Amino acid sequence: MSSDVVLEARSLVKWFPTGSSKLLSRPTDMVQAVDGVSFRLERGTTLAVVGESGCGKSTLGRLLARLIEPTSGSVMLDGSDVTAADSRELLALRRDIQVVFQDPYACLNPRHSIGQSIGTPIRIQKTLSRAGEKERVRELMGLVGLNPEHYNRFPHEFSGGQRQRAGIARALALSPKVIIADEPVSALDVSIQAQILNLMEDLQRQLGLSYVFIAHDLSVVRHIADRVGVMYLGKVVEIGDPESVYDTTAHPYTRALLSAVPVADPRSAGRRTRIVLTGDVPSPVDPPSGCRFRTRCPKAEARCAIEEPPLVDAPGRRASGHLVACHFPD
Amino acid sequence: MTLLSVRDLHVTFGTADGDVRAVKGVSFDVSPGETVAIVGESGSGKSVTANSLLRLNFGADVRTSGQVLLEGRDILAMSDEEVRRVRGREVAMIFQDPLTALNPFYTVGRQIGEAYAVHHPEAAKKELREIALDSLHKVGIPEPGKRIDQYPHEFSGGMRQRVVVAMALVNSPKILIADEPTTALDVTVQAQILELIAAMQEEHGSAVILITHDLGVVAEITERVMVMYAGRVVESAAVADAFASPTHPYTRGLLKSVKSLDSVRHERLESIPGIPPSLINLPSGCPFHPRCAYADSLGRRCSTEVPDLRRVGSGSSACHLPDERLLDLLGGSHEQ
Amino acid sequence: MVFFVLRRSFFAIVLLLIVSAFTFVIFSALPADPAALTCGKNCRPEVIESNRERLGYDRPLVEQYGAYMKGIFAGRTYGEEGSSIHCSAPSLGYSYDRHECVTTLIASTLPVTASIALGAFVLWMAIGVGLGTLAALKRGRWQDRVATAFSVIGVSLPTFFLGLIFIMVFVIWTGILPFPRYTGLTENPVDWFMSLLLPWFVLAIISAATYVRMTRNGILEVMNEEFVRLGIAKGLPRRRLIVTYVLRAALVPIVTIAGLDFAFLLGGALVTESIFNLPGLGKLTLAAVINSDLPILVATTMVSAVFIVVANTVVDILYGFLDPRVRVK
Repeated sequence: MSSDVVLEARSLVKWFPTGSSKLLSRPTDMVQAVDGVSFRLERGTTLAVVGESGCGKSTLGRLLARLIEPTSGSVMLDGSDVTAADSRELLALRRDIQVVFQDPYACLNPRHSIGQSIGTPIRIQKTLSRAGEKERVRELMGLVGLNPEHYNRFPHEFSGGQRQRAGIARALALSPKVIIADEPVSALDVSIQAQILNLMEDLQRQLGLSYVFIAHDLSVVRHIADRVGVMYLGKVVEIGDPESVYDTTAHPYTRALLSAVPVADPRSAGRRTRIVLTGDVPSPVDPPSGCRFRTRCPKAEARCAIEEPPLVDAPGRRASGHLVACHFPD
Repeated sequence: MTLLSVRDLHVTFGTADGDVRAVKGVSFDVSPGETVAIVGESGSGKSVTANSLLRLNFGADVRTSGQVLLEGRDILAMSDEEVRRVRGREVAMIFQDPLTALNPFYTVGRQIGEAYAVHHPEAAKKELREIALDSLHKVGIPEPGKRIDQYPHEFSGGMRQRVVVAMALVNSPKILIADEPTTALDVTVQAQILELIAAMQEEHGSAVILITHDLGVVAEITERVMVMYAGRVVESAAVADAFASPTHPYTRGLLKSVKSLDSVRHERLESIPGIPPSLINLPSGCPFHPRCAYADSLGRRCSTEVPDLRRVGSGSSACHLPDERLLDLLGGSHEQ
Repeated sequence: MVFFVLRRSFFAIVLLLIVSAFTFVIFSALPADPAALTCGKNCRPEVIESNRERLGYDRPLVEQYGAYMKGIFAGRTYGEEGSSIHCSAPSLGYSYDRHECVTTLIASTLPVTASIALGAFVLWMAIGVGLGTLAALKRGRWQDRVATAFSVIGVSLPTFFLGLIFIMVFVIWTGILPFPRYTGLTENPVDWFMSLLLPWFVLAIISAATYVRMTRNGILEVMNEEFVRLGIAKGLPRRRLIVTYVLRAALVPIVTIAGLDFAFLLGGALVTESIFNLPGLGKLTLAAVINSDLPILVATTMVSAVFIVVANTVVDILYGFLDPRVRVK
């Protein structure tokens, strides 16, 4: 694997204004959705971002594709600053970063044929002629496992898995470098998930794609990720190779998360020690001081309330690149 | 002694495109205090089956036939009033999304109290409040005295589902039907809710019928599992047996495509080819045969004849493959 | 909650000021010359000019507006030395055509319009919500089809048509009801009631038509909600389910819309009042249009606007009470 960074996030921050002051309806609170996230994505690899609802992973995905503007921080694509690009530059950059969304039923315009939907990016960017567009779309359909003869069919005539394939085809239309996949298989049946994951892996190999794969399902991620980042309340608490993170977990939140995943093996189920987190997830409007996880952490001590732990190398991990943000990592 | 006995249940929905035969000849038993899972993907008929137990399938044209015997009384043959008395008292149900399942216009305390008051009309307001407080406490909601007067939208997803569980168990029902109770929840909350259901079950002695598509959930808390496909039960067995040695090609395919925390990175996932069938135009014969790796090995039988559910080993399976082959399925990849 | 009410009230007042200014400007832009209207048909130009100067119509618009607004709070004097009329607060102007303070005119017509609006409101809600609920519960059956047909027909009928038909049928052909002539409530309650019966039904039928549809659709939508299904699963009896779960949810948006419709009606049902010869705000407005009586028109426009703005504010606040999810914490 070359150390060739295709996408880099630098201290990305996104705060959403919310709430209202009593008299004047001006926002008084900020939802700290993403609060200082940095990472590097190497070409041809997959970075998975996992976390539970409210951790900021979806917001992060949108920031990376510049679907929303960051409050501060930047996103670099092959050296170009995506966040600072003007509208003309942005149009060109958008060819290189594409998004695949979660809900295959909501992502395709029901009034457009599948072929039209897949070809939309080409039409917007005006990269090909009409005839060229059609040919390219048929090529893409074949690539993702759809029958090119179904070009003129409508979304409601396809199954969920097929629609998701169409979504992927559309994302590939402009030959992007990076695909941000926001929970691409969560809404699909189990047997179809496997098909789509296999497809994404094949495409990555064939086309040299790089993925940012956002998910909440830790088992899915284990399978396809080259690096895994765990988010909690807007911050990355642990990041590293899946083997390292899953087998030699350093952060107590990751540990709790892993122990909560139901395992499809009755023999080991019920015999694992489950770490039960007490309390509710704190509000992202008013996160705890210091380490944000301390209110639910079994290991929390006085220091955790005062000092926010930085993301540093996990102690003693043979595989370098395993970082953790904790004062008392394992 | 059987608590619930479902016999030859058929449910068909009439739609503009034709008849949707959602459930075709499903039969199963549930014993007191038992935990049973009904597993299937979309279109398998598992939710429709669960709804049938309480006659909750509504629609312009719904046809249900068969028997649902609760301690010998057929729910499908009862009068409206009799069914109403069963609902929420002898058999309770919880749904998938706790946000939409709770009435947004009334406080949580009032809704829990209502669940009790419906079947105990003589209960006084004070008594209802006591019961609601006690329920909230039992399901682990902190500060129940304050929470009881709050509205559902003021709770988090996990807390809401706890309320739903509390509401369902307030009358100590004999059976609790849980339709995808954790699908809409985060993984850590999911674990909490499953534990809660298991604990409550022990306390009340209720049987639990768990509807889910998540095999991990099945492995965690159930004893017996029924796998459904295209409206039929294709396999029924004890959970340990079903996972260790599935006796139906679909179950095997399902288990193989489940990703696990121990997967090897980039290893190709096994998947079941094709897509689930349309319930209006079902394939002839065995509904699974177009996707089954073993269909060819039996000649034309799979595409012409629907296999019955028959005893195989310690469970049941609906497949034409002979017993020896079925029991050997998990290691049968060389057959392809 | 208190802050929410304060805030909405504050904005309502601001809105009212804007509306009044807007109305004023619009009427000033009309081709009709207010000065020419002050002295009748056979007016000499010199009188018009002197009136214009006297009444301040040659002043800048802002000044005129200011004087008008001041009149609302402090009363205003019209006319010249020796033959002036003082309209006490709230003075909304003076009608030269009728030689009366506008406020007095409006005040005398409001009880009539209010009677019409109130009765019609009660009727149309009863018919609309009642039929709509029936249609929803008996969906697909004959009750539903009849209610829907009623809805379609009712919406298509022009007010004057229905009004005239009613008069023909009930007054002229069958003589069941007397020819409509308004009698005040305080004078003779029975006559008052009888004189309003036809107008009430005319307005109610036309408005109810929309509410039948709205209620029906609202109820059907709510019935598909998960919490209703859970209510059934709890064993709730059907009647209780319909009232406390379905209607409770479905009626919230309907009640708020009804509030706005009622306020609109308070501005005067022009056609109905004219047909049934009821001396209400609408009839006053219509007469003012025909006679180009600008002072009355300005006033009635503003009064209608006041009703609508107040209703909007009340409805907003009401919504917070009705739907817990909307409540400001």
